Amino acid sequence: MARKVRVLIAKPGLDGHDRGAKVVANALKDAGMEIIYTGLHQTPEMIAESAVQEDVDIVGLSILSGAHMTMFPRIMELMKEKGAEHILIFGGGIIPAEDMDKLEEIGVARIFGPGTDTGDIVTFIRERFPEE
Amino acid sequence: MDRKKYEDRKKRYFDTLSGCGCQDIEYTTVSGEEVKELYTPDDIEGFDYNEELGFPGQYPYTRGVYPNMYRGRFWTQRQFAGFGTPKDTNGRYHYLLDHGQMGLSVDFDMPTIMGYDSDHKRSEGEVGRCGVAIDSLKDMELLFDGIDPGAITTSMTINAPASIMLAFYLCAGEKKGTAFEKMGGTIQNDILKEYIAQKSWIFPPEESIRIITDILAFCTDHVPRWNTISISGYHIREAGSTAIQELAFTLADGFAYVEAGIAAGLDVDKFAPRLSFFFNAHLDFFEEIVKYRVARRIWAKRMRQQYGAKDPKSLLLRFHTQTAGCSLTAQQPENNIVRTAFQGMSAVLGGTQSLHTNSMDEVLALPSEKAVRIALRTQQLIAYETGVINTIDPLAGSYFIEAKTTEMEEAAEEYFHKIDELGGVVKAIDRGFFQREIQKSAYEYQKAVEAGRKVIVGVNRFRLENEEIDIPLLRIDEEVEREQKKAVQDVREARDNDKVSRELERLRAAAEGTENLMPVIIDCARCYCTEGEITDTLKGVFGEYIEPLFI
Amino acid sequence: MAERPGIERLLELFAEGKVAAAARLITILENGGEDAERVLDSVFHKTGDAYRIGFTGPPGAGKSSLLNRLTGRFREKDHRIGIIAVDPTSPFTGGAFLGDRIRMQAHSEDPEVFVRSLASRGSLGGISNCTDEVIDLMDAFGKDMVLIETVGVGQSELEIAEKAHTVVVVLVPESGDGIQAMKAGLMEIGDVFVMNKADHEDAESAAREIQDTLRLKDIPAGEWEPRVILTSAREDTGIGELVEAIEEHRRYLEAGGHFAGIRRKILRSRVRNALMDRMERRLRQSAGVRDLLEQRMESVYKGEISPYKVVRELEELVSIQ
Repeated sequence: MARKVRVLIAKPGLDGHDRGAKVVANALKDAGMEIIYTGLHQTPEMIAESAVQEDVDIVGLSILSGAHMTMFPRIMELMKEKGAEHILIFGGGIIPAEDMDKLEEIGVARIFGPGTDTGDIVTFIRERFPEE
Repeated sequence: MDRKKYEDRKKRYFDTLSGCGCQDIEYTTVSGEEVKELYTPDDIEGFDYNEELGFPGQYPYTRGVYPNMYRGRFWTQRQFAGFGTPKDTNGRYHYLLDHGQMGLSVDFDMPTIMGYDSDHKRSEGEVGRCGVAIDSLKDMELLFDGIDPGAITTSMTINAPASIMLAFYLCAGEKKGTAFEKMGGTIQNDILKEYIAQKSWIFPPEESIRIITDILAFCTDHVPRWNTISISGYHIREAGSTAIQELAFTLADGFAYVEAGIAAGLDVDKFAPRLSFFFNAHLDFFEEIVKYRVARRIWAKRMRQQYGAKDPKSLLLRFHTQTAGCSLTAQQPENNIVRTAFQGMSAVLGGTQSLHTNSMDEVLALPSEKAVRIALRTQQLIAYETGVINTIDPLAGSYFIEAKTTEMEEAAEEYFHKIDELGGVVKAIDRGFFQREIQKSAYEYQKAVEAGRKVIVGVNRFRLENEEIDIPLLRIDEEVEREQKKAVQDVREARDNDKVSRELERLRAAAEGTENLMPVIIDCARCYCTEGEITDTLKGVFGEYIEPLFI
Repeated sequence: MAERPGIERLLELFAEGKVAAAARLITILENGGEDAERVLDSVFHKTGDAYRIGFTGPPGAGKSSLLNRLTGRFREKDHRIGIIAVDPTSPFTGGAFLGDRIRMQAHSEDPEVFVRSLASRGSLGGISNCTDEVIDLMDAFGKDMVLIETVGVGQSELEIAEKAHTVVVVLVPESGDGIQAMKAGLMEIGDVFVMNKADHEDAESAAREIQDTLRLKDIPAGEWEPRVILTSAREDTGIGELVEAIEEHRRYLEAGGHFAGIRRKILRSRVRNALMDRMERRLRQSAGVRDLLEQRMESVYKGEISPYKVVRELEELVSIQ
């Protein structure tokens, strides 16, 4: 059985706008990936634990509430504590360009802004995790 | 009309047309609905002016809810605003009022929307970020400092904790000496669309509807100028629905509230006049105008025929409009000014009662002062420069508009039928009907954009390479969270905590029983119970709603 | 990207109780092949202690919510829980949407609850091909109770009976589930039947219908009589009764000495399945078989020899002692 790419899609924080998260989840599924969807209102602890238990390759976080500078670093810290720093993290949402830069500096693999083509996200993941 | 001449010319026209070239463009609305190249008298055969349009201010109100429309007064230019601490937002309100805005609209932060105090663990990183943080009556007092609640109307975009924010507002006004019955405004208070689309819920549906009927009953008696529910399609559309889905699901929610009110023993003519609506103004100019016109017609018919409303005020579908946030692009954001202008104009041609025009930078962050000013000026341009307000419902009688209006009405009726078959709105939510329909539309649209069948200027066509965003963005200081945490803790220290415990205990008892919750929540507000304390007390009795998954 | 530890190191970390290592080993099991066998060889001696409960029933019956509630009760009794939730792989794209965790949020910060979502992948439906292996791993990791939630459609649902000590069939009053259950053979495999959404007006009559059907089965005295329980995962009612029914079934198995028998049955079926898989794979890979096939198929096409003749020739070629 060939290796499958496993992706966790989650919405940290309190905002409920899940259109983007679900569109991306659908597109990745249609691209043949296995999507673990944990849904709305997730705490960093929930996300990190789910990512570890599910042994995903990559975690996608969608935030539109402006809490990104709190959420991303906290989740990365927790993953490290759990011995899962190898899991990549990407994100999307309403995130100003300078914050995108800061997040990429601390190790977030990529932030996709509004208007992103889902094909770009598929390519981004495939490049890092080719199916064998 | 000379019928023969008409038929001859029509035949000649279509013969010629079939010989003409046609660009390879998908001629559909933004919702994917087919549009023909030409509409003719054939498309509105049997059209009955009296039945389908009537005069403005007359049943079925297709042409508008008032006889004089904008000649009487313009729509209310109401820009939605809120960020940071109450003091920060208060400054923005004064700025907007000084620049000619006519009413206020409060945008709350996520912790407030979800019922958490600013010092709750789940509020971390979110305080004051995408709206203003309100934890207690104290914050509401600061928010409206120097503003007379008897002289303006205020709209509050709040749903699950609407009863609490309304209580804070009323008490803040009361402290300034304004009686409840003198205060006017709107709470969104539309929980059904939260389960359907926006997903900011706290309690399960049944309990939420009980709170809503309590608000309806209380306001009818004590706050008669208050719009108790703003039944919202805006968020349904933002979540990715089509125009027809927005229309049908929103009206279905409206019917559900009316039915809940009647079931609670209220007289429909007592509460229905205070129901209002809130629609999205998306990009497809004519489709949107059609949507507003047909909404008025369906509502009036249903209210009269099905719910037995007799007061003409119960039949009026009055609505607020906001331009479509989801249509804005992060690429070349200045283009958003133009998009918003077209959308705002469709709302005005559709007969809106109030309007929020988005700022060009809302897809990037909370709007800056300059962006907000341009957005407000856009409305002033429509009102004073374009001349579209000179006559009422100028598009009436257009073959295209009237044919589409009838078509959309039929499509909406089909949805109502489906929802009935599923056992009503709450049952349909339970089964994920709305959620699935919306998700499907959202994904279809995304695929159409990615395949280039739908063009978005600056995104999938006419792009700028290496674009630098050149507009100033509003930043929320980290200090806001610390300040607001301290403020709520100070409130808890300064108040009479014995009284707080007693009032919260009273609230618990009321929630367990059937007594109207509003007076009790108001008493809680008066002694500075925080929002989180009130919500937690209610959660203890009502439980919490858990996200269903439909994909 | 940090370097990932090799299998030996993972097994050490696994023995130390590291969740990340256990999770990684599950992935290796899922991907199959030699590595998977190596992992299984190493942990198998630690298995055999976990009590396995299978949950099957149509999609939308509320299996995940029920598992969430049950997990709460089992945690009160200090059980260490492993949960395997299977969702279908799309036959068209190979992708899968695994959303069962949403319903299990209440335990997402409890280190003694390990939830793993599996896509059904190559399996025809119901459960993933590697379900047995994943159960073993959770068992070896110290979970004394493993709950398995199936997809809920298709004949292969019935496979759960070969993997679990107790099979719980979850139904809802709506949409004639009872009749569907009878058609699908679920009536034969259920040890406990749950009529979920007990607040529904038809719940009681639907439960009675199940009860009546079970009565017709003519169960010999002393054998297990399936229980029918009304629950509402949403309202949290009937869960205590369900726990009681599951425990009662467990006591019945233990008292009657059935326990060891079930383990033997499970293992026999696994060895058989693994052997069949292995044989099939070897046949497919064998150059001799392929050559002979290619050579003789022409004659079959022409009607000179029957398909069975070819098979007999192949049998001679691969002859198994």
